[in-house]
Amino acid sequence: MAERARWPLRLAAVCYVGVLVALPVGLVLWRTGEQGVGAFFSAIGSADAVHAYRLTLIVAGCAVVLNTVFGVGAALLLARYRFAGKALLNAIIDLPVSVSPIVVGLALILVYGARTGWLGPLLSDVGFQVIFATPGMVLATAFVSLPLVVREVLPVLQQVGDEQEQAARSLGANTLTRLRRVTLPTIKWALAYGVVLSLARCLGEFGAVRVVSGNVIGKTQTVTLLVDEQAEQFEPGYYQLSVVLLAVAAVCIVVISLVKPKENR
Amino acid sequence: MSALSSAPARRLARLGRGHEAGPAGGNRLTAGPAAGLGVAVLWLSLLVLLPLAAVLSKAAGGGLSELWSSVTDREAVSAIKLTLGCALGVSAVNAVMGTLIAWVLVRDEFAGKRLLEVVIDIPFALPTIVAGLVLLTLYGPRSPLGVNWYATRPGILVALLFVTLPFVVRSVQPVLMSLQPAVEEAARSLGAGRLTTFRRIVLPAIAPAIASGAALAFGRAMGEYGSVVLISGQIQYKTEVASSYVYKQIQDDDLAGAAATATVLLAISLLVILLLRTFARWGARHG
Repeated sequence: MAERARWPLRLAAVCYVGVLVALPVGLVLWRTGEQGVGAFFSAIGSADAVHAYRLTLIVAGCAVVLNTVFGVGAALLLARYRFAGKALLNAIIDLPVSVSPIVVGLALILVYGARTGWLGPLLSDVGFQVIFATPGMVLATAFVSLPLVVREVLPVLQQVGDEQEQAARSLGANTLTRLRRVTLPTIKWALAYGVVLSLARCLGEFGAVRVVSGNVIGKTQTVTLLVDEQAEQFEPGYYQLSVVLLAVAAVCIVVISLVKPKENR
Repeated sequence: MSALSSAPARRLARLGRGHEAGPAGGNRLTAGPAAGLGVAVLWLSLLVLLPLAAVLSKAAGGGLSELWSSVTDREAVSAIKLTLGCALGVSAVNAVMGTLIAWVLVRDEFAGKRLLEVVIDIPFALPTIVAGLVLLTLYGPRSPLGVNWYATRPGILVALLFVTLPFVVRSVQPVLMSLQPAVEEAARSLGAGRLTTFRRIVLPAIAPAIASGAALAFGRAMGEYGSVVLISGQIQYKTEVASSYVYKQIQDDDLAGAAATATVLLAISLLVILLLRTFARWGARHG
């Protein structure tokens, strides 16, 4: 196509993305820079922030581990076995992507809320608090990122088939050896991709966690909740913490782009 | 072409066709895998099924007339109407701009194209609350542009456009890449104009991908909360989106009312899932 005709389209695409994404992100970096290096380090090193990092890492870490174990297991089941309800299982895994995070939080409260939930009173009798505590935040985070690992691993498993696993079995390898020596090496890049994707999603989760956490400062407040509170109260620090989250997102994008070329399939 | 671009697209494309569980065969379950299946189903039930069932049960708990009066409450109707309108508008803008951006990424070469690829992935990886803050900085009260979209509909729209930017781009891009430019050149050499070639040759091939991307964007916009919460101001009857309204109901301890609104949102989600499957089948016929 003539060079002349490309120009307006190129310009439109670059301007749209620039005004919508690049400009605002750049402005936040600028404003953070304006407030100085001292403000940056005092904000990201404050006691509330440090507590929030720890909690965020715990919650996101647990959710990613749960999703990875479930994801690999479910992908193996869906790829290698046939059973009643397989299509239904496959459909349910995709459900969480399209549910509003606030509805996710509400749904968890209705089951695990200590006073009126279906299972909450039972669990609180044995001293296990879910809502307004870390377990509820883990559940909320795991819910919203549920399909990410399965959907990366499953197509790879389906594509490679199970000849190698069968061969290993016929040579006497037990289930664990087959998983460790045959299956995991096959799916490792897809798995890495899914894990990083989940991690980015889990670290940034806000709505669902806000509903189930109770948002108690220094107790159940993750980094995203702290950013929101500081921004709403006009307390300083939110630009600096946003830059930290921005940097984490950037690292995730870079890692994903490093992992990606390896899974040419 | 960035390293990231095709994988999210594949993932998005896959979302709609979860029912095609791959090669039909597979082994019968033996004891070990059967136990694994049991654990997986138990986990899914505790995490997803039971909680969603609790929402429906809570919504229906007070009887149908109570459910009806909850969802027809003036504030609920206004929040759902606002969200629906914004989500539809955002899907339409995405269908056009997403296709345009995908076209530029596939068919154009220029310095900085790789940077454009990376910037498009930012909304995927950036926490939504940071996205909201970032937009409030540029389009809010202290905007250097001289606009103030805080607590206005344009503010909500810009937040939704930000978080849904990658959906259409990443679903159209791989389809556009798989098209043979030779077919378009043939059409051009037979005298078809640029617009006719696009409308008759390219558009029919990428239409299912545009529709899927737009449906994903619509679903996301319907449930979006984090990126909207700061810029919308959450003003009753004016800039309160559905998720904000449900959040407020939960805070007011009106769990039955929250469940009623949530049921409407869940019904819309279900509709989106069905739409995605239809579009995926449509796309498979073209592929």
